[in-house]
Amino acid sequence: MPRSRAWTGHRYVSAVSAIVAERLVREFKAVRAVDGIDLEVADGEIYGFLGPNGAGKSTTVHMLTTLMPPTGGRAVVGGYDVVKDGPKVRELIGAALQEAALDPFLTGRDHVRLQASLHGLSRTERASRGDELLERVGLTDAADRKVRTYSGGMKRRLDLALALLHGPSILFLDEPTTGLDPQSRNALWVEVARLAREDGVTVFLTTQYLEEADVLADRVGIIDFGRIVAEGTPAELKAAIGRPTVQVAPSDPDERESIVKTLDRFGSPVEAEPGRLAVRLDAGYDLADVVRALDNERLKVMHLELDEPSLDDVFLAKTGHRLEGQADAQPEPVGA
Amino acid sequence: MIHVASAVAYRVIKKSLTNVSFLLPALMFPVIFFVGFAGALSGVDRVPGFDYEPGYETFQFAFVLVQSAAMAGVFTGFGIAQDFERGFARRLMIAAPRRSGILVGYAVATMIRWVLNTAVVLAIGLLIGMEILGDGLDLFALLLLGLTVNLIGTLWAAGVALRLRSTQAGPIMQFPIFLVIFLAPVFVPIDLLTGWIHAVATVNPFTAFIEGARSLLAGSTEEVAVAFGIAVPLAAAFGLWALTGLRSAERG
Amino acid sequence: MAFALVFPLFFLFVVSSGLDPVSSLPGFPADSYVDFMFAIPFVHGALFTALNSAIELGRDIDTGFLNRIALTPARGIAIMLGNLAGGVALVMIQYCIYFVGGLLMGAHFEAGLLGVPVLFVLAALGAVAIGAAGMTVALRSGSPEAVQGIFPLFFVGLFLSSMNMPRNLIENSWFQWIATVNPVSYLIEGLRSLIVAGWDLETLAIGYGVALGAIALALSVSARAFRARMTRT
Repeated sequence: MPRSRAWTGHRYVSAVSAIVAERLVREFKAVRAVDGIDLEVADGEIYGFLGPNGAGKSTTVHMLTTLMPPTGGRAVVGGYDVVKDGPKVRELIGAALQEAALDPFLTGRDHVRLQASLHGLSRTERASRGDELLERVGLTDAADRKVRTYSGGMKRRLDLALALLHGPSILFLDEPTTGLDPQSRNALWVEVARLAREDGVTVFLTTQYLEEADVLADRVGIIDFGRIVAEGTPAELKAAIGRPTVQVAPSDPDERESIVKTLDRFGSPVEAEPGRLAVRLDAGYDLADVVRALDNERLKVMHLELDEPSLDDVFLAKTGHRLEGQADAQPEPVGA
Repeated sequence: MIHVASAVAYRVIKKSLTNVSFLLPALMFPVIFFVGFAGALSGVDRVPGFDYEPGYETFQFAFVLVQSAAMAGVFTGFGIAQDFERGFARRLMIAAPRRSGILVGYAVATMIRWVLNTAVVLAIGLLIGMEILGDGLDLFALLLLGLTVNLIGTLWAAGVALRLRSTQAGPIMQFPIFLVIFLAPVFVPIDLLTGWIHAVATVNPFTAFIEGARSLLAGSTEEVAVAFGIAVPLAAAFGLWALTGLRSAERG
Repeated sequence: MAFALVFPLFFLFVVSSGLDPVSSLPGFPADSYVDFMFAIPFVHGALFTALNSAIELGRDIDTGFLNRIALTPARGIAIMLGNLAGGVALVMIQYCIYFVGGLLMGAHFEAGLLGVPVLFVLAALGAVAIGAAGMTVALRSGSPEAVQGIFPLFFVGLFLSSMNMPRNLIENSWFQWIATVNPVSYLIEGLRSLIVAGWDLETLAIGYGVALGAIALALSVSARAFRARMTRT
């Protein structure tokens, strides 16, 4: 269903956008941490903001969540300008930032009470909503323990529960799974996906993990040195930089030439690992076609694999360097 | 604003009352100063010219009341700075529709904590034979004066903490207050001070607060108008200091 | 370091000015209150510097740095004494500054030039005792915050002594009793005797005795704590 669009004076945006940023800039003395970002996130979308440490992800989130004003451009969240209508923005958003921002001397339930009071929830709402969310994130048993006794995963879960307490329509998650074990990470992914699909929450998720963006996000914006260098669905982004590659290891070296001739029907030869043959598939062909052809020619292979471009390949193509390997446990500093 | 202030105040008070590491230091220092000075220096009332009717313990209690009121505010400033360092302040800033409510919450919590601590020091004072000649109205005025000084300390420290957003700002918050407190007639009445310290104490606003407190404890209102006349505008001025600090914190 | 230098001198300056009228009391042992208080910066300095060293040790344990040292051939006792020696070296520098600062404020030093090293050594022994106690807490807890947490205890010890008033002029009998049983009083009086009286050997001997006794106790406890922390096969 086509959405109505509006002209902001700079670009067209959807009339039902949850988040809009136009030429957003944030400078810290001589450093331009965010250098003119345009983005738009539709209602109910999971938007992945992918980039290495220091790219400007957290700074962007801080501006969108009214924690710091932009030095240039504007941003509208939930229909409200982040600078002029900060209080209204804050009523609509929830945020779980890089550091879990919990007080180690308070219990989980104390945090729920604090957050609920800050948002003006009534005592009844606070109790029912608090219990519901603590149960949803699996912290009912630990709710009356001091947060300093919580594991990293528990802190993240509490942080998520607090971000959702007042029922926000827009949720900001800033590297929510950094430092978590795989099980906790998966659990968080499941919950985030559920929030978007079932509750219609718009999620703006920053991450330096490719898999996270690939699995969770409806659309991904790739940021490097404060600018968005690519934007689209994960499939679109990958398709834009290249087709999949099929790599084959012949069982019989004498059949090598025959395999080459067969593979050449489906695409262009590319460099392969020693002892192997590879071809980048042309549009319209897939792995099944190659397997069928090799089988028809009765050519035997001892290894066959399909390599698809990753978001890291997308990053490399757009920026000249890889994102993979830059991800570490250290949180991205905000600003210079 | 009220629900923001009450949320912040609740958190500070809950933390103070349920964690010894927060409860003890804030309570200990006024008690140590009171017991240490009143206990050791009670012979000072034999110094010619010392004529404070309620006695030296009460004389010192007035100082400790004002000193602890101001320093309690500095303690809150440390807490605010730590909240920024640990990222907790971001939680408050994102969630609070009216951010000035956060400041109000910290100030209210500090007042409540100070009143509880002062009650303990008062109990100790009465136990060691301290005399209070003021009536209920005098003591109410004393409480108001203490709360105003407490507010001054809190707003000063909050303004520093909001601007610097680091616990390394601790000495900047603490040292000026410490300096001003001790450059006042702490041990003897101002008339018995001589030289440079007399000159400094004469213009020091804390002298007015301490003398106002001493008057009220002695059942007199002689110095009270001056004390409030200085305290209230100072509180307003530091209120502005703290609010502009909050704006600075919002700008990042 | 700046705080450890400035605060004791500031305290001396302010308190001695504020309490100078007290020196007119009959039986007051010094001509001026600044003479009476001149010993106190040495005790303050010992307290701040010694505890800071212990806080650093707590930090080294917390960050795992001590484990790194445990993997070397270095002997535990050497590490412990090295830590204390570092603190002593620092306070000696501070003492020079306090001494000059006190003289500039008008204090007199009755024991003369020979008395200066005696003063410094006695004050340094106090620093060692405090440092060893702080080290025990650091070694047992592994936390710099725990060491910071004991600062009020030492502060109490200082205030409930003859720091501000000679024991014989303390009118409150309960406070006089506390000051009499408090070993800190004897350390302070030992230092003070060099400043105010010159060579009062009895008071000086008691001061040294208390300091050495405190060191013996504190070092034995901290040595045990050190062995427990640095258990190696």
